[in-house]
Amino acid sequence: MSEQQSTSKFMQNGVVKWIEHRMPIFSFIDHSVGSGYPAPKNLSYWWNFGSLAGLALIIMIVSGIVLAMHYTPHTTLAFTSVERVMRDVNGGWLIRYLHMNGASFFFIAVYIHIFRGLYFGSYKNPRELLWIIGVLILLAMMATAFMGYVLPWGQMSYWGATVITNLFSAIPVVGDSIVTLLWGGFVVDNPTLNRFFSLHYLLPFVILGLVVVHIWALHTFGSNNPTGVDVKGPQDTIPFHPYFTIKDLFGMGVFLLIFSFFVFFAPNYFGEADNYIPANALATPPHIVPEWYFLPSYAILRAFTNDFILYWPVSWLMTAKLAGVIAMFGSIILLALVPWLDTSKVRSARFRPIYKWFFWIFVLDWIVLGMVGAHPPEGVWVLLGQISTIYYFAHLLVILPILGVIERPKALPESISASVTQPAE
Amino acid sequence: MSDTASTPPTAEIDAQTRRDFLLVSTATVGAVGTALSLWPFVNSLNPAADTLALATTEVNLEPIKDGQSITVVWQGKPVFIRNRTAAEIEQAKKDDTAALPDPAKDADRVQKDDWLIMVGVCTHLGCIPLGQKEGEPKGDFGGWFCPCHGSHYDTSGRIRKGPAPQNLLVPNYTFASDTQVVIG
Repeated sequence: MSEQQSTSKFMQNGVVKWIEHRMPIFSFIDHSVGSGYPAPKNLSYWWNFGSLAGLALIIMIVSGIVLAMHYTPHTTLAFTSVERVMRDVNGGWLIRYLHMNGASFFFIAVYIHIFRGLYFGSYKNPRELLWIIGVLILLAMMATAFMGYVLPWGQMSYWGATVITNLFSAIPVVGDSIVTLLWGGFVVDNPTLNRFFSLHYLLPFVILGLVVVHIWALHTFGSNNPTGVDVKGPQDTIPFHPYFTIKDLFGMGVFLLIFSFFVFFAPNYFGEADNYIPANALATPPHIVPEWYFLPSYAILRAFTNDFILYWPVSWLMTAKLAGVIAMFGSIILLALVPWLDTSKVRSARFRPIYKWFFWIFVLDWIVLGMVGAHPPEGVWVLLGQISTIYYFAHLLVILPILGVIERPKALPESISASVTQPAE
Repeated sequence: MSDTASTPPTAEIDAQTRRDFLLVSTATVGAVGTALSLWPFVNSLNPAADTLALATTEVNLEPIKDGQSITVVWQGKPVFIRNRTAAEIEQAKKDDTAALPDPAKDADRVQKDDWLIMVGVCTHLGCIPLGQKEGEPKGDFGGWFCPCHGSHYDTSGRIRKGPAPQNLLVPNYTFASDTQVVIG
């Protein structure tokens, strides 16, 4: 209650009142992340990763703006300007390593955030739109990260850009024209680098806008919680501030500690040594690998060969290459449809004894896909990639719809409060 | 009531349809105009005049010996020029009847049997196949091998095995003389 008083004391301030009367920004903030936002009182540490992703976004924007002041988007100077940042610019190495590793940590936070949502059914009615906006944020992040990786103009930058932009050539009839349009030439070259730089600077602010909309949608119905049971009244909630602001801050401390370990002691752990070789348009590196956060998608792309069983049904219609491209984008876009693919009315996996297992198999499948993506498509990796691709789609398109019908969920607690005050049956 | 300007009730239906027409036509013209005005912005991303100006490359074939290959740059892309051996030519012609994912006769892919000229970009995802230099892997069919995703090309640059959907592209080229070729 003392918090309520201090908030109102703040609101009594003359300047605050003057602004609040003309634009109610302070009450808006208070209702978003302050004492005016009643949050479910049982939120676990899995609920920290939203704010951690937000922190990562801020780290990326701040470090990125400074890096752009030292970077030259030209094929002859891009690589050397990045090396100049590393060697000559005051603290440039730190800012670049923050940005490089920040990307990885942004994806770590977001992937855990997504799997959290999948486990606790956070995407279910009435939070479908919130979830869809989240998928859009993931897509925007992927585009931003891909274009950012091209900017240092190393071998992996160049050949990664070549392979990924060439995906669009799989589109029938207009594919090649689209690729030429993307490149602004006949190969990945200076025009490509310039536009990628422009878009890499733009997209983070698009993400920021989407995050605002994401939080807006979140606060319409409030956070989901580990029981998945709706908030029934004030006894089920506590004010977001100070209870969850302090919990989020603690999480940020842990997150920053691990982040700092990589920035200072293993800054190139997530990177590829080949990207410290300047781009050479006439020599392809023997093994092109994308950044780790794209590996599961990359594995799905490569699984589609002429002898892949999932390709057979569409082989009369399209090339294996096009099927792979559609599957790769489809694997992300399908996530947006999960609110409807999952037919179960029960949100939390805590009360879904069978789904709980399938969830962890799905996580494992995703990790296997990532490992497959990191290896050349030879030997056992080909088969493993195809099996795990089949499973990925089977989970979303077959298991989720059927499970909701056949599974018998455990009894739900009457309310969040009752789940701890009454003994479990 | 009588002090304010308003449409007389008798004219209501007529006025509404005329207004609807104006509204729809104005909105349509506005939408089409806005869409059309986007085109210059999209088109500006297409290859610029200076990029297009680098459209042809001249190559002197004299120093390339039998069984040797060179790589030249045309429009920023590598172009493979191979002086094929008699054995390679024979193999290429024999394979005209083999099971080809992208069927093409060797005779349609070269102007002179000795000279195989093609864009050295894998038709899968744009990597540069190996096989130009001595000691590089040439794949299962003695031509080129793409290390990225394992596509094998034969001595006519045709795809034989692996994920690539098409044969290596043959660019437009003309022999200016016996030893001079203009690509593009």
